[in-house]
Amino acid sequence: MRTVLFALAFYAAAVVFVAGLGYRIVVYIKTPAPLKIPTMPAPLTHAGVTMRMLREVVFFQSLFRANKWIWLFGWTFHAALAVVILRHLRYFLQPVPGVVVFVQPFGILAGFAMVGGLLALWARRIVVPRIRYISAPSDHLMLALLVAIGLSGLGMTFIAHTDVVAVKAFFLGLMVFDWQPLPADPLLLVHLGLVATLMIIFPFSKLLHAPGLFFSPTRNQADDSRERRYVGAERFEAVSRRT
Amino acid sequence: MSATSGTFNPLEHLKGDPLEIPNLACGAMAASKPYVAAPAHQKALGFPGELIDNWQEKAVSRLGELLDNSRALRVYLDSCVKCGACTDKCHYFLGTSDPKNMPVARQDLLRKVYRRYFTWGGKYLPWLVGAADLTKEVLDEWYSYFHQCSQCRRCSVYCPYGIDTAEISMAARDIMDTVGLGQKYSNEIIGKVFTVGNNLGLPSKALKATLKGLEEEIEEETGLPVRLPLDEEGADILLVTPSADFFASPHMEGLIGYAKVFHESGVRWTLSSHASEAANFAIFVGSQENMRKVSLRIREAAEALKVKRLVFGECGHAWRVAYSFLNTLAGPFDFLDQNYPIPQHICEFTYDLIQRGQLRFDKAKNDSFRLTFHDSCNVARASRMGDTPGGQFEIPRAILRAACNHFFDMAADTIHENTLCCGGGGGLLTDELMDVRVKGAQPRMRAFEQVVEDHGVTHMAAICAICKTQFSKIMPKYGFDMESIVSVHQMVSNAIILTGSIQDKGYDAARISALQEA
Repeated sequence: MRTVLFALAFYAAAVVFVAGLGYRIVVYIKTPAPLKIPTMPAPLTHAGVTMRMLREVVFFQSLFRANKWIWLFGWTFHAALAVVILRHLRYFLQPVPGVVVFVQPFGILAGFAMVGGLLALWARRIVVPRIRYISAPSDHLMLALLVAIGLSGLGMTFIAHTDVVAVKAFFLGLMVFDWQPLPADPLLLVHLGLVATLMIIFPFSKLLHAPGLFFSPTRNQADDSRERRYVGAERFEAVSRRT
Repeated sequence: MSATSGTFNPLEHLKGDPLEIPNLACGAMAASKPYVAAPAHQKALGFPGELIDNWQEKAVSRLGELLDNSRALRVYLDSCVKCGACTDKCHYFLGTSDPKNMPVARQDLLRKVYRRYFTWGGKYLPWLVGAADLTKEVLDEWYSYFHQCSQCRRCSVYCPYGIDTAEISMAARDIMDTVGLGQKYSNEIIGKVFTVGNNLGLPSKALKATLKGLEEEIEEETGLPVRLPLDEEGADILLVTPSADFFASPHMEGLIGYAKVFHESGVRWTLSSHASEAANFAIFVGSQENMRKVSLRIREAAEALKVKRLVFGECGHAWRVAYSFLNTLAGPFDFLDQNYPIPQHICEFTYDLIQRGQLRFDKAKNDSFRLTFHDSCNVARASRMGDTPGGQFEIPRAILRAACNHFFDMAADTIHENTLCCGGGGGLLTDELMDVRVKGAQPRMRAFEQVVEDHGVTHMAAICAICKTQFSKIMPKYGFDMESIVSVHQMVSNAIILTGSIQDKGYDAARISALQEA
């Protein structure tokens, strides 16, 4: 019963996550960007744009310029989350790739850094009047959800261990539709339930900032409007000469 | 420091950190709003004369159309995570303390409606995600706060996703125009461009007389027949410049500067009565159709006058439209000489001559000016000059340094792409918005005050007609002379030595006597 419930939940979550996100990305691709609006100074070439985007995605360059505290907490959270996700790949891949083995020792540290970053961001959301003013209930709930995922995960390392071999068997089985029993540990069930929830919420929430960044015209356009006539929308067709 | 409207004394707010973050004063600016456009002004642009009966339905459907036609709008309404990075970046928030002037809060006025009608969460759980119906109260808030945004894009520099509030306020103003709630100032002016040819409604006869007067003035000063030609077919260059240049100080002094530079270069140039205006206020109201119509005048003038090159005068948003949009809206400009940038900024033109050693300056003529430079937002964050990123910062400064002995920059976090808006851009340069204009100028005035104290700066140069007009009005309120704001080409005009001019002969005589003494 438990195994069936979680198996179905993860199938549903995966479908919603992939289809929802995919649909959103298709919408972004199909929506025209009629005019050139890069925030200047901007790179002059597409290679330059790739570098700018890389600096944004990897280092959060603009956020760094804006506010060092938000950058520190936000970047710590995201970087730690990346390590944690990488570490979790060992539950989905057999054999375990070298890079996943490599990050294994950093996983716990990253878990703490992730929760720490989230709690610091949450504290700012409560303590700084400007940020409190712009926060909706969903902004707090999103942090609560992520913190709960982090804490339940850490709990399985420090409070109540679960049978990770069985968990891995469950997920490997899930992928080939050969369901294996899921352990009944409460922390594990909470952890997995919240992760499935996060996957379902993703395409309908502000988590769309992840794909959004790549489609942001102020960041992904090159500064070359004098050199090349930019046509971003059909209605701005070439004007013909009067002669 | 709390800024409650009505009791704001600029002089008490002049000293301090330009970027000091105020305590929140909720609703401080709720009463600020521009005059509503009259039916005639609305209809001239193809908008309903007054607020239509089914405005709510129409507004939501217009938002849907805009979403389908603007990737920026769609991505920006989806992507904000409310991180707070932008909350202290808007000069109107810094100056007014009203939290709805924080960029994210301004965006949320539209985003909450977007969520309510276009997202799953907003449809079913509005209270959870901060979604709201588009009520009359919300529309009134839009009208107030989307006219407290100068579309300067300072927030977009700092946003981790590049969310540009200008795109959102343009969309909101477009929606309001579509339902018949337009802004008088911008819409009336766009109408004048269509009927008369320029923002000021200056007919070509008056323009001709003005140019004649300026020619006489220059001849008196230099002894040379420096010309300001109008509608001369076959000229090399069409100059398109803001109509303020024909009208008021310090704009006119800038125009004199362009004329002297053109004269010295030997190039044949002309103005056009058909396109006697560089400004394109359609960008402010977010109407791409009108923006295109205004842009096409310039192409028509260039074709009719058979010019080879297109040069723009000192105007911020006009340079954005010219540099970033003109090729898209009115191109291709395959009939112009491809060996020159299309279009070219007058500062690029002058800088190029300086680089090639073709202009001479008597810098001492500007010794009574201790200058700083105000980067205009649309030039700084929405366009470029020269061949390298950031040329829009270096080129005007290089011109000032070539023409003046004393130049000092304001604090680094208030110039270049971090520049602070003058407070009057984006269609807010109208008297009924004076309160928000004065408060919005506070950060820039504080940065200026710092260089006044530290370096004895006396004047601020700018390359934007709106900045110049705004500062002429605002600087006296902060205790500075109204003539503290100058044009970049005014400084060029003061110091340039035209070949064969009275100054040229005097300069040579002075140099010879100096050499003889040595």
